[in-house]
Amino acid sequence: MIAEPVVARESCFQLRSDVDVVTARRGVHEWAKELGLSILDLTKVVTAASELARNAVVHGGGGVMCLQVVSQAERQGLRVTFTDQGKGIPEIARAMEDGYSTGSGMGIGLPGAKRLVDEFALSSTPSQGTCVTIVRWKV
Amino acid sequence: MERIPILRMGKVLLVTIQVDMHDQLAMTLQNDLAKAIASQETSCVLLDISALEIVDSFIGRMMANTAGMGRILGAETVVVGMQPAVAITLVELGLSLKGIHTALDVERGMALVERAAAARA
Repeated sequence: MIAEPVVARESCFQLRSDVDVVTARRGVHEWAKELGLSILDLTKVVTAASELARNAVVHGGGGVMCLQVVSQAERQGLRVTFTDQGKGIPEIARAMEDGYSTGSGMGIGLPGAKRLVDEFALSSTPSQGTCVTIVRWKV
Repeated sequence: MERIPILRMGKVLLVTIQVDMHDQLAMTLQNDLAKAIASQETSCVLLDISALEIVDSFIGRMMANTAGMGRILGAETVVVGMQPAVAITLVELGLSLKGIHTALDVERGMALVERAAAARA
């Protein structure tokens, strides 16, 4: 059995406005670069983080992004967790479908973000909020 | 208010995006472009995104909307200088940017526009 990843470093960002989304994704960019992710992996994880940070602001009424460098066995990666106390996602399966949107967006944020990372976990409780965790491992 | 400058050269509008745009800034640019296209005859909008490290669905949608809106008003949009990693990420994200012309750099973008204009004439 593989042990749970160990957190080597952590930092959190407030997500209240579209300017916070930019600050948060810059943070992800900086850490991904320091970790030594390839330019493509870096671009993917920053883009996924941008989608999820915006979701927390627009649909979750604001939230927090926590950025972690994690290590597991011989590998290291970047884990990003987005938490909000918004209205939650009532139909998670549908929200993960391409093109499904309850707002004015295109409905590619969640499924798109999932395709850009190695691990993706979403939990949501109606009227309590949503938590999304993504991991991109360094190869 | 913070704004992205729009440069006019005859019938061509050139926008060089050099900052990491927040959503409101992207919306402002889209509106400013619509006004600029409608105010004077415009054949083409060149969007230089070579300095952008990421393009997410919001910025992608802004580019697609600009292209759609421009086309209705008689202007074609050419996105120039997209980083290879950005292009790969956009496709995986699920954004195909249909209807948008692309070119490697501003010079080739201009050439593309001129060829298209010559073909119409």
